[in-house]
Amino acid sequence: MTLRDGWEMVVGLEVHTELKTYTKMFCGCANAFGAAPNTLVCPVCLGLPGSLPVLNVRAVELAMAIGTALQSTISPSTFHRKNYFYPDMPKDFQISQYDLPINVGGYLDLPDGSRVAIERAHLEEDTGKSTHLGGGGRIHGADRSLVDYNRSGVPLVEIVSGPDIRSSAQARTYAAELRGILIATGASDGRMEEGSVRIDANVSVRRSGEPLGTRCEIKNLNSLRSLVRAIDFEAARQVELLEGGGTVRQETRHWDENLGSTSTMRVKEEADDYRYFREPDLVDLVPDQAWQDRVRDGLQPMPAERRAVLTQRLGDRAPALRDALEVVIDLGLDPYVIAALDAEVDADLAFARAANEIASDLVHVDNLSVESYVATLRMEQSGDLSATQAKTVLVEILANGGEPVSIAQSKGFERLASGALGEVVAKLIEENPDEWSRYRDGNEKLAQFFIGQVMKLTKGQANGKEVIAALQARR
Amino acid sequence: MKSVRQTALDVQNGDASALSVLEESLARIRARNDELNVFLYVDEEGARAAASALDERVARGENVGALAGVPVALKDNLCQTNIPTTCSSKILEGWRPPYSATVVDRLLLAGAVPVGKTNLDEFAMGSSTENSAFGPTKNPLDTTRVPGGSSGGSAAAVAADMTPLALGSDTGGSIRQPAALCGLIGVKPTYGLVSRYGLIAFASSLDQIGPLTKTVTDAAMALEVIAGHDPLDSTSLPEPSPSLVAHVEDGVAGKRVGVVRDLIDGADEDVVAAVERAVEVLKEAGATIVELSVPEFRLGLSAYYLIAPAEASSNLARFDGVRYGLRVNADDVTAMMEATRTAGFGEEVKRRIMLGTYALSAGYYDAYYGQALKVRTLTIDAFRRAYHEADLLLGATTPSVAFEFGSKTADPMAMYLSDVFTIPSNLSGEPAISIPFGTGEAGLPIGVQLLGPGRSEAQLFAGARVLEIADGRP
Amino acid sequence: MASLRREDVAHVAKLARLTMSDAELDKFTAQLGQVLDHAGDMNALDLEGVIPTAHPFGLINVVRDDERRACLDHDVVIAMAPDAEDGRFAVPRILGEAP
Repeated sequence: MTLRDGWEMVVGLEVHTELKTYTKMFCGCANAFGAAPNTLVCPVCLGLPGSLPVLNVRAVELAMAIGTALQSTISPSTFHRKNYFYPDMPKDFQISQYDLPINVGGYLDLPDGSRVAIERAHLEEDTGKSTHLGGGGRIHGADRSLVDYNRSGVPLVEIVSGPDIRSSAQARTYAAELRGILIATGASDGRMEEGSVRIDANVSVRRSGEPLGTRCEIKNLNSLRSLVRAIDFEAARQVELLEGGGTVRQETRHWDENLGSTSTMRVKEEADDYRYFREPDLVDLVPDQAWQDRVRDGLQPMPAERRAVLTQRLGDRAPALRDALEVVIDLGLDPYVIAALDAEVDADLAFARAANEIASDLVHVDNLSVESYVATLRMEQSGDLSATQAKTVLVEILANGGEPVSIAQSKGFERLASGALGEVVAKLIEENPDEWSRYRDGNEKLAQFFIGQVMKLTKGQANGKEVIAALQARR
Repeated sequence: MKSVRQTALDVQNGDASALSVLEESLARIRARNDELNVFLYVDEEGARAAASALDERVARGENVGALAGVPVALKDNLCQTNIPTTCSSKILEGWRPPYSATVVDRLLLAGAVPVGKTNLDEFAMGSSTENSAFGPTKNPLDTTRVPGGSSGGSAAAVAADMTPLALGSDTGGSIRQPAALCGLIGVKPTYGLVSRYGLIAFASSLDQIGPLTKTVTDAAMALEVIAGHDPLDSTSLPEPSPSLVAHVEDGVAGKRVGVVRDLIDGADEDVVAAVERAVEVLKEAGATIVELSVPEFRLGLSAYYLIAPAEASSNLARFDGVRYGLRVNADDVTAMMEATRTAGFGEEVKRRIMLGTYALSAGYYDAYYGQALKVRTLTIDAFRRAYHEADLLLGATTPSVAFEFGSKTADPMAMYLSDVFTIPSNLSGEPAISIPFGTGEAGLPIGVQLLGPGRSEAQLFAGARVLEIADGRP
Repeated sequence: MASLRREDVAHVAKLARLTMSDAELDKFTAQLGQVLDHAGDMNALDLEGVIPTAHPFGLINVVRDDERRACLDHDVVIAMAPDAEDGRFAVPRILGEAP
């Protein structure tokens, strides 16, 4: 979507990602999604009097990994308390980084060639989760709320971009690329639908060349689709408001996916006084060069680099395979594709089976080894398996594990032994003397007739090329 | 009661059973607790079980630890599993923590027997124990007077011979001042020497837990047990517990003792005289006396009364009626929190929360809190300079002996000013010890204070022991 | 520093979630004002360039390994709650979204 002539949108994104640690940020409770309410809590993450936080080293290293991947300067940092009362926050303050974040500056280059500045990427703790009773489950109109503190103290990194984004499409590309980086660093599982990645969008509009307008912050966008729709709606709303002679009020807005619109959530108040001060229960974090180097050395290649590798391998076939390539990079399936290409599997096939079959059962991807993927595709390419059979084998391995040859055998997929095929063909010739004589006289179209009959008798197990070979042997 | 040292020896050697020691302690508590209001909770059953278990281990010939059978009183801001812990506040009435403070675990491991929880100024905010929601504690030496605070209950427990050992916490003098007013040894250890895990925070960057005892050796024994690195406290110093008891008799020969005018001037005459006698004693014991002026210490009071309330305002935010303790119902969650806090906190706590909230709020942070942090730096630098010229410093602990009930309650500022000698050590995080030395008005005890650089506890105990002997307690 | 005003005290009470009666507001304005005036002696100092100390000792990089420790028993957790429902802490209606 484009804005009316003469208008430009200015967007900055704040991406919050839960870190994939075993335990919470300041205590040894499991960092896990979906457990029964208030079963993953202890004195620290419940904020019981007398409890004290101790920082999880893995959270620090994942934050450093994100910063390294975003070309940030890893810096001496401190923790602050952000003080405000809210029932899902057990201490009634949030431990966060304030004026001295661990990652300062940086940038992210997007596949479209643009660059978005990173202002900071800092560590903070997540809050608990409220459920609202009555009022249709929404906060407004509810009679009472129930709080589960399992999420309280889960480590988060908040990545703040500069106001460099100029379209919803670019915002989407940025968020997708960043998500790829979060997955590649091992910092996050990237699951937006479970809330492990949440995006706030700061949106303002201006007439081209004018100074920045007043921005609104849209909170908690949980999918790339919502991100795009919310930004487009909000920018259009602001343009309409301004063209009608109104002004934009700085506020926090809520995106309603069903209505497809944003609405006021809370107006920035005088009372927003968080009384930040240094968290006296934690000490400074000063990662030395050796520690930073260890984190850097442990990093896997980032999406941009992996994209470049695959694009180079594909040469002039790259443009045609662009969509599949993006899926493969996004899902981190490039090791499969590269191994298949190395084994001289055709590029179309190498990408298609990854971007379709593996992609549709990603949760079980660990069941499928790179070797099994390559072996299955080689059987397909050599004709030992039909396309349908190869797909079935992959689906089966993903679902239940196993090894391709034995699965093909157990399903009866192994190419029909030549002897067996010969018997079938002989039987058909005997039963169809007319067709056979016309074929023998040179009517090649009748080969299709015989292939069809063989397929019927073998329930699709035969290979067309081999049927022709058997027919020709008897001509 | 016998001393910590003698009790542990008797129990270790089988000369006394832990249970008989405990029964003596419980009898003494029963005899005077109603009158003095020392204990808010006595865990007779739990203590008897612990003592009996200990006796069985002694019978089996096991090593039962350095504090075997020693009854201990715990200030009621220290968490002990399933024992009511109130901070002398209505807001926590009825709450039983599901975990124990590290110091409590260490006491138990060393064979000590926690007998109960002692009264304090609500959330340790005060200098007289008059700010307790459960009534003031009386000074066992003169029941018309305060025992000091905020660890007034812990001090009174030892002074009334209910237990030979009590733990307190010291944020601005809350161990040393009641020790002085009750005639006891009180130690504020180096910040980070003793784990704060399980101590309900008043001001996190200032709080330290320490012992109150009748003898220097007893204090050293107790501190050895509770000190040492704890992975549950990020501000815990990395080293293991220091050797202290072995150095108690080291003396002060060859040490330079700095007599700090700013820790003496303004005190009552009898207090000044006691400090001067202490100077003579240390000199005779072979110390070199250096007169020092450290004017920064006076400024410490202003910094302290912004830093401590600022941290407290945040530490006490969690008492909101949502998860534990008191809840006063209301129509919405904000009103509920406000009603709960308004009903649950006493006046002094509210005063400090207000002060701290103001000092941190937008527009005032730089002028108050920010400025106070800089003054804290000046205090630390001033100590560093002083320790170039002296190995330890000497001053008064309090400006006067124990005062009468109600004499300072109407004027918070007057009460705050009485902490002027103890506050600097909390700001610098360095250790200090109060030792009873002579008596003053109405025959009440006077405390003198020895201060030293970080981790110099052994040296402080040695100096305190010299004064203890000179004061007639060999 | 300008002296403390009654409306400042009222604002701070709101921030701190404390209700103050008129009489309390008056009293606190006077008492807090006294402490703040005393603190004013700090402003006489030249503190330019002095590095603030938030913490007495300069420990750095205190971290723990990413290892599980026992959580609390769910029953113990919920037993503490002033009000609970369905294994969760129950509170009266929440009027506004979190900031």
